[in-house]
Amino acid sequence: MHETSLAGGVLTVVEQAAAREHFCRVSTLHLEVGALAGVEVRALRFALEAIAPGTCLEGALLEIEETAGSAWCLDCNASVSISSRTENCPRCGGARLHPTGGTEIRVVDLIVHD
Amino acid sequence: MCVVCGCSDPERAGSERTASDAGNGVDANANVTSPVSVDPVTGDLHYGAGAARVSVPGMSQERAIRLEADVLGENRRLAALNRAHFEGHGVTVFNLVSSPGSGKTTLLCATIEALHRRSPALPLAVIEGDQQTSNDADRIRATGAPAIQVNTGKGCHLDAQMVGEAFARLPLHTHRHGPRGGHPRHDHNHGHDSSHDHHHSHGTHEHAPSALLFIENVGNLVCPAMWDLGEHAKVVILSVTEGEDKPLKYPDMFAAARLMVLNKADLLPHLEFDVARCIEYARRVNPGIEVLLVSARSGDGMAAWIDWLLRTPATTMQPLVSPLAHA
Repeated sequence: MHETSLAGGVLTVVEQAAAREHFCRVSTLHLEVGALAGVEVRALRFALEAIAPGTCLEGALLEIEETAGSAWCLDCNASVSISSRTENCPRCGGARLHPTGGTEIRVVDLIVHD
Repeated sequence: MCVVCGCSDPERAGSERTASDAGNGVDANANVTSPVSVDPVTGDLHYGAGAARVSVPGMSQERAIRLEADVLGENRRLAALNRAHFEGHGVTVFNLVSSPGSGKTTLLCATIEALHRRSPALPLAVIEGDQQTSNDADRIRATGAPAIQVNTGKGCHLDAQMVGEAFARLPLHTHRHGPRGGHPRHDHNHGHDSSHDHHHSHGTHEHAPSALLFIENVGNLVCPAMWDLGEHAKVVILSVTEGEDKPLKYPDMFAAARLMVLNKADLLPHLEFDVARCIEYARRVNPGIEVLLVSARSGDGMAAWIDWLLRTPATTMQPLVSPLAHA
């Protein structure tokens, strides 16, 4: 449900860039969503498509890249890859993992037209 | 403006455009995005003067903009302002999150009453978040504590802006702003004893907070995890009438919380809720999470909960595992 708010956040970031860089239309929007960011990508895509009409995002191709999660294992003192917060360490099976990457949602870049 | 020399002579720019159009046989509209700029004096061609600073045959003058922008950046910025504002006012802030029906408001009312008994001079306030109605704020106000209701409408969570605006309307806020603005408040008669006021330890030593603000977030175990409000700690409340596997089902929230309060503990004898297993699940998603077993109704565990609230470190507490921590 919060994907609607996030879509609004994406639009705000893009509109601020539009005011700064003087463009009117976005043809490609490239987002990065971490596996541990708590974001449902399908819902985010739906929300972006819903708010796009009438904005500079109208008609834009949405490229949403899902990035892997990473964590520091307190038991084997190593950085490991995980795809959810409930996974155990793939090396030692321990549950004491601190997520270190894949926790953000970012607007990476845009292809724009004046 | 001429992109080559920076001159703003529209006549020159216009004639350059016309010449270029005539030479290339393209219409004026296409020329607006033409990748080439012609020096009107020397006839030199500059393919890097367009908006993209580079020309690729067959491509229009569209351009790529690298932003690398955090979508929650604006909320994060406002939350940082809130946090500084709270600290400036000496207010320690707890963001209470849970699913609907966990007993947040009942726990909060019992907490306010217990704090009134324990530290009668400690200023308290509540910001209540719900989609609709002021029922919860009315319940809080009945305890004597000031409360502001924030209705989010269709929104599923409070954000930093809402909390900042609500805080500005609370007496906790005017309390400190008052003297400078000539506010006729009896600030120095407010029960602060001087040893408390001057106890600034400059370290991470624990000291009693000079005011507490509780933010009761919208009942939702998913969305509020992502929005930092500027709080010192998130407290997740899970009632034992819910499933003990909620920490696994909604890991983001339990990962973001500093403390898990297992509420309605008086009902445990009637339920099959496995407390140890619930704690194990919570620690699986957040190894550092603290846990308290409380019954707001019977009062069991309330003393430990009040101790926890008053034991807040002077420095801002960050959850051990933040779901949105910068990598």
